Amino acid sequence: MSSLPNPLPDAEAQCRQLADLIRPQLHRNPALVGIFSGGVWIAERLKELLGLSEDIGMIDVSFYRDDFAEKGLHPQCKPTVIPFDVEGRHIILIDDVLYTGRTTRAAINELFDYGRPAAVDLAVLADRGGRELPIGATYGVWNVELSGKQSLVLARQDDGQLAWRLENA
Amino acid sequence: MHNPQLNKNGELIHLMSIEGLPQPIIKQILDTAESFMEVSAREVKKVPLLRGKSVFNLFFENSTRTRTTFEIAAKRLSADVINLDINKSSTAKGETLLDTIDNLCAMHANLFVVRHASSGAPYLIAEHLQRIGRDDVHVVNAGDGRHAHPTQGLLDMYTIRHYKKDFTQLRVAIVGDILHSRVARSDIHALTTLGVPEVRAIGPETLLPKHLDKLGVQVFHDMNEGLKDCDVIIMLRLQNERMNGALLPSAGEYFRHYGLTPQKLALAKPDAIVMHPGPMNRGVEIHSAVADGSQAVILPQVTFGIAVRMAVMSIVAGN
Repeated sequence: MSSLPNPLPDAEAQCRQLADLIRPQLHRNPALVGIFSGGVWIAERLKELLGLSEDIGMIDVSFYRDDFAEKGLHPQCKPTVIPFDVEGRHIILIDDVLYTGRTTRAAINELFDYGRPAAVDLAVLADRGGRELPIGATYGVWNVELSGKQSLVLARQDDGQLAWRLENA
Repeated sequence: MHNPQLNKNGELIHLMSIEGLPQPIIKQILDTAESFMEVSAREVKKVPLLRGKSVFNLFFENSTRTRTTFEIAAKRLSADVINLDINKSSTAKGETLLDTIDNLCAMHANLFVVRHASSGAPYLIAEHLQRIGRDDVHVVNAGDGRHAHPTQGLLDMYTIRHYKKDFTQLRVAIVGDILHSRVARSDIHALTTLGVPEVRAIGPETLLPKHLDKLGVQVFHDMNEGLKDCDVIIMLRLQNERMNGALLPSAGEYFRHYGLTPQKLALAKPDAIVMHPGPMNRGVEIHSAVADGSQAVILPQVTFGIAVRMAVMSIVAGN
């Protein structure tokens, strides 16, 4: 883990690094599934960078979250879209930040309601530690240490470029 | 004004009526329903949102379709569903409505879906739950008397949005027995809240409530005039029991004036959609050629209804 650099790293460059990590696995014909919303943007970028022709999947984990009892339903949930057959596929789940692991858990559960994948990998731009479940990223670019009050947010700017933003609670 | 449907943060905790529902909440329900549409198309048509929760269907008045779609919706949310056949149960033995509710709360009910012949019955239950401090128990109105049928109103809005996208450019006609129709009342409030500029009511004078104009509705007694250039036509069921009274001469006579035939439909816009809350009386309010025609969206309404009820139940249960 490293402390927070200033300025924050270039998210677009990190996407290229992530693509380089995934490229050797292309022979397994992986299908990309992004988790809303940052993970979907990254998955779209990876699709371009890796030259994949298949449409990406998009998961909104609102219906699978474990904090529904405390927080209720997220007011802006998006439809999950999985445009390919999950059964027997090699899936790469993509998220912007890996933290507690709870979002990943929810996404894996949701994915399995579509079928039984051959394998599921996890690719993230940032891993900030703080895991509450036994989950790890298969592909990660940036390990970073943050305080519990800070949150790292991936934003898509007006020109379509991805950029990191730090928010303090 | 106190609105028993909303908590102090303005979030939906019960669904009683579309009247008084803020536009953002209606839109939230429709957006959430869109996400649930996708769930119903999956291999495993279930999400774990209401796992471990108990939904009680309390139908004091019969309605197979509404009860079934609520039951499917609750099951797709992984809730346990208990259907109470009220006619054969304790109410028949003289138990009061609120005693029934207390007993079901003692069985750890989390959500009541209530259909009742008396307007206001769901309010009575919600107020009672508040009085006894059970803010963890929620009520969804599945039709109360002549008052409201909010989930039908919401699924109608979902259907219109699905086919027409933008509410603010539409001309919508509601045709038939508006006087006795809780669906019509819910639709009118929803359409107005969503910004539909022109809502028309078409029917014989005996079946239209007075003061519809105060709700912003234009009144027509002539189908040919009323249907002209409409984008959406909502047909209402003519309840057979109305025939017995002095309100209508005969079913045949009604069909001649207010039945939707292909000829009358041709007066609306060429891409107009035809809706009906069901069950339909073919040859009374609607011609079979229209009911089975390419402009009818009556069966999609049923499918959308499940997603809308999933959205309503998951939103109230989470707040």
